[in-house]
Formats: sequence, structure tokens, C-alpha cells
Amino acid sequence: MGDGRLEIDHISKRYGDVVALRDTTFDVRAGELFGFVGSNGAGKTTTMRIALGVLAADSGEVRWDGERITLETRRHIGYMPEERGLYPKMKVGEQLIYLARMHGLSTKDARRSMVDWTERLGVAHRQGDDVQNLSLGNQQRVQLAAALVHNPSILVLDEPFSGLDPIAVDVMSKVLQDKAADGIPVVFSSHQLELVERLCHRVGIIRGGEMVAIGEVDELRSGGSVELVVVAPNATDGWASGLTGVTVREQTGGRTVLELGDGANDQAVLHAALATGPVTEFSRRRPSLTELYREVVTQETEDAA
Amino acid sequence: MTTPDVRLGSWEAVRLVASREVTTKMRSKAFIITTVATLVLLVGFALVMKFVGGGSDATVGVTPQTSALAGPLKATAGQIGQNIETKTVDEKAGRAQVADGTLDALVVSDGGAGGKLRVVVKKDLDGNLQDALTVLAGQIVLNREIASLPGGDPAAVQSSVANASVDVEPLEKPYPYQSGQLVLGIVAGILIYMSLLLNGQMVAQGVVEEKSSRVVELLLATIRPWQLMAGKVLGIGFVGLVQMVVIGGVGIAAALGLDVLSISTSAAVGTVVWLVVWYLLGFIMYSLVFAALAALVSRQEDVGGVITPALMFVIVGYVIGISVLPSDPGNALAEVLSVIPVFAPTLMPMRLAMGGVPVWEAVVSVGLVLALIPALVWLSGRIYANAVMRSGAKVKLRDALRTA
Repeated sequence: MGDGRLEIDHISKRYGDVVALRDTTFDVRAGELFGFVGSNGAGKTTTMRIALGVLAADSGEVRWDGERITLETRRHIGYMPEERGLYPKMKVGEQLIYLARMHGLSTKDARRSMVDWTERLGVAHRQGDDVQNLSLGNQQRVQLAAALVHNPSILVLDEPFSGLDPIAVDVMSKVLQDKAADGIPVVFSSHQLELVERLCHRVGIIRGGEMVAIGEVDELRSGGSVELVVVAPNATDGWASGLTGVTVREQTGGRTVLELGDGANDQAVLHAALATGPVTEFSRRRPSLTELYREVVTQETEDAA
Repeated sequence: MTTPDVRLGSWEAVRLVASREVTTKMRSKAFIITTVATLVLLVGFALVMKFVGGGSDATVGVTPQTSALAGPLKATAGQIGQNIETKTVDEKAGRAQVADGTLDALVVSDGGAGGKLRVVVKKDLDGNLQDALTVLAGQIVLNREIASLPGGDPAAVQSSVANASVDVEPLEKPYPYQSGQLVLGIVAGILIYMSLLLNGQMVAQGVVEEKSSRVVELLLATIRPWQLMAGKVLGIGFVGLVQMVVIGGVGIAAALGLDVLSISTSAAVGTVVWLVVWYLLGFIMYSLVFAALAALVSRQEDVGGVITPALMFVIVGYVIGISVLPSDPGNALAEVLSVIPVFAPTLMPMRLAMGGVPVWEAVVSVGLVLALIPALVWLSGRIYANAVMRSGAKVKLRDALRTA
């Protein structure tokens, strides 16, 4: 209680016969960057919309700092909807001030905050332009400014990195890290898994409306199977086939990727490799988030079959 | 980490939304252009009325030989409500002036004693003028006949005839409609129709703009749907009100200043006040409906289609009013419709400007609209809240009403 956590607690939502969310539960701790991944239609946007109150859940609740979220506390949330939303024919500066005031800031504070954020996000020189006249990348920066302009205590961003150029990605990453460092919970969804892996403290993977994996990136990775990469230039096909608990994933030239099952001995693999001749590389590899994700998605299709 | 104070009262949120609408609209080119154009049209109309309608209805020339007819002609014309000016010219100059349009007609000496008047006109004789001249011709013959009788005195007969009249005893006192007020009613009708049409559509387009640009999702994360809808309706309504007061005020001032309308200042002010009242009532009523209907669609192209059924009430009321009332201000159909809330905002202000509306009708029509508004607020609020977040295909009205 009173720890500044954002808790999504057993949220369920149906659209007619389609179950969008089934008992979705996770939390985002204060000062934490939480990555929310899942395929299209898995329920990420629905979850975020429910957290923001723009959609009502069928059951379950969203809490912040131990208290159920109300319209008042929602004003503490900085939100970036998946479908970008700004008035196309309104000037950038005025629009940000308006949105800040909608969240309860005074005109003076709103103006100061607008100036701060447009400078920080590199769109200060476009303050007097209509949003529709900005490039997509700049519109995205303004959209982020709109999520931040009221100095939120929680950040919920739906696909904040989509459509950004590499420089903008860096700016966005920095801002998110800074906000988390300020001690607020930050949750964002993304399909750019390398980015999620690099930025986030914890990750949640959602599939078919259910959270299927949740935890620190390292923790999740260690839960997956262990792989060995062996480079032995003189090795012939099938050199490792006799080893117990070892599956050959791929073999190209002298490079072999093996998966170690339960009870498999990596030292036995090394011996076998050395028996073929020189070994120039021998390493343990943890699956990347991308591979982990793929595993989860594959499981889904297997389940369906 | 500082947590900003984020308390925002309900009405503060509404006011914030409304003030955005006001500033955005006041700055929009379309708004400035329509306002200025309407003002120019109105003042121009008043000026045209002054030059066309002001002074006499016709100018008739008389030659030195027929100049004795000038007085009787004026008097006769006066009896049938025509204001004729006469001018004495010699025949040649007179014919020239008829040709160039300075004179509407020239009465020349016939020479013969048949009691006929010879009138020179450019192409044909205006009906009213013809009536006046025909009566005059008859008068001349009659006078001549009376004079030829022994002891006949045309003047005495004339005055006796003039004194003979019909004494009308009305069971219901008819309202004396004045042409000035009829004109006022027409102008009031056009103004309120345009205002309701333009501002109502503005509300609908604003709703869809927010929906299609998805900004509504950002807004509804911090304020409630009804606050957004109320702010929009009040903001646009306020701008429309200012526009109406300015246009109505300038129009009346121009009309009175140029002496075009022969109505009292109090009648003029009364018209503007009623216009404002009915604009407010009509705008709130229609725009709530427009906002709710517009929330059903997600694209600007679909706005027209979805609000047309509601728009028809505005149009039908106006069309009936403008086509029936000027010639028949007491029309029974218009009278009945003007009390029915959906037609009242266009018909009632026209009738009120023309005058002769019983007090009870004015009160009942206002009362019915006032009674309908809370119901519309509830209904529209529900439809709007249920539909505004559902983008994509058009939301069925039934679905929007049902889902909570």
C-alpha cells in the first residue's frame, strides 16, 4: 500500500462472443519500466484502455498506490493511445497547453510545461504550427509531449516507438528511462523486442487475452531452454547426434547450434566437438526475448492445433 | 517527484472545452466570412429597400392640359393604398421620360370628350396604377354627369359618397399585420434558420473531428463524455449567440437608421430578444441531437447522412414558415406547427416578429421545448457516451442506446 505501484488485477473483458481479456493480472512498480508484448489482437490495447478508464472492464480492477483508480487519479496518468490522437487543425503549443489544463494544471504551469517538453523533445520550433502540418515523426513527438505535459505520476504508452526514426527512438528511450528514474511506473507496449529487452526491467507477454509470461528479462530467458553454439570447422554432419539430451537446431558449415535438454552435459558436447578437430568457439546462449516470444506464439498455434 | 494538483471541477472541464471551441471558431475563416457576408447582405438589403421601396410607389407625369387631374389622381390612388407622385411636364419631354423610365406613366390630353384618359407607358401599365387611373376616369365621367343634372353638385355628392362606409363588427379582433413586421419576420426566419443549420452542423462536425482524429480517447481519459459534449454544445452555441446578436442588432439598427422598416423600436427590440431566446432553445435542442447522431459515425463524409433526418425538422419548419407566413401570417398549419417543439424554433420567431401571436401560444411553445431539453440531454448523453469511442463502421442507434 502506498508504494506507487500500478496494479492490473484480474481484468476480464468480452466483446460479444470474443474474449478480449481473461483474468489479466500484472503490476508495474514505481520506478520500473515494464514492457508489454504480445501479437496483434492479444489484448494490449484493451488492457491499456481499461487502465485509462476509456473502456470499462467486465470484472477486475485497476489500482494505483493501493487505491482503485478513479477519474481523479486518472488525471495522474500520461497516456499515449495506439491510434494517435490530436486535433489536426490546432497549433502544437495551444494543444499541449489545453491538454495540460484538462489534467488540472493552471494556465501558467501548463504553458511552462509545454515549453519544457517541446524543447526536450525537439519540437519547440513547431509550437505555432498546426499539428497536421508536422511530419509523422514530429507528430509522434508531440503525442509523447501530450502524454507528459501534465507531469504524470504514471505513464501508459501504447506502441510509443512505432514509426520513429532511430534518433527519435533514442530520445523516446531516454525520456522513458528518466521518467522511471523519477520513481514512477512506466508501462509501454511494443513489437520492437530488442528495444524492450534493452530498456525494460520487466516484461509481460500476453497471448489471447492472458498473461503467459511475466518477469525480469533475464529471469524469463533463464526459464527458456539453454543453447550451445559450437564452431568447429572440421566437424561433419551428425557429429553431435549421438549425445544424450542434445538436439541439433541448426548446422551451417562448421557452426552448430544445439539445444540442451534436461540432464544433458555440455562438457560431453565439448569433448565430442574437440574430437572432430579444433574448436574456435564454444558458448552458452540464452534465448533472446524475440526467441522467447516466438516460442510462446508457437505454443499458441500448437495449442490451437 | 511532485504530484501536481489535478482537481478539475465538472463545470471547469466543461468551461475548458467550451472556451477551446469559442477560440477555435472565432478564429476560423469560415466563421468570419459567413458573419461578415451576412452583415453585408443585411445592410445591403436595407439600402436596396430604401431606394426601391422608399418614397412613392409610382411617378406619373401630367401635361399642362391634364395638370388638373394631378390632385384627383393622387387622392384616388391614396384610397386604394397607392402613393403616387405627380410631375408636370410638356408632352414631348414627358414621353421621353417615360421612355427612359423616369416616369412610370404620362397622362396626356385625349382631345375627345369620351371621358377617356390617355396614358402613355413604356410597355404596359402597372396593375395598381391602372386601377387608380380607371377609378379616376370613372370619377371624371361621374362628375361630368352630375354637373349636367339640374342642381347637381359633384362636390356634395363626392363628400356623401366619401362618408358612406361599411361598419365592420368583428367577433374576434383581427391582428393588424404591418408590412414592416412581415419583412422583419422573414428576416428573422432566415437568420434563425441559417444559425441553427450552420451551428448545428458545426457541432456534428466537431464531434466527428474528435472521433476521427482519435483525440477523443485522450480527452475521455481525463474528462467524462457528457462534459465533452456539453462543452462543445455550449461553446459553439455561445459563438452562434454572439453572431446572432451582432447580426440581429446591426440589421435592426440599419433598418431603423435608414428608416426602411416602419415599426416601433420596441417591436424591433422585441424581435431580437425573441430571436435570441429561440435561437438558444432551438440550438440546444437540435445540437444535442446532432452531437449524439454524429457520434455514431467516424468519418466526416458520413456526418451529412446521419444528421439529415434531424435536419429535416429544421428545414421543413423553415420552408413552411417562409412560404406560407408572409402572405398569410395567421395560417392555421403554421400556427399549430409553431407550438410543436421540433418545428417551433424556426416557425415561432417568425410568427413572433410578424406579431399577433397569442401570449398562451408563445408560453406553451417555450415551455414544451424547455420540457423536452432534459429528456434530450439524457438521451443524447447516453448515445454519445456509448458511441463516441467506437470507431470504424457506423454504430447502430439501437446498439448505442442499449449498451450501458
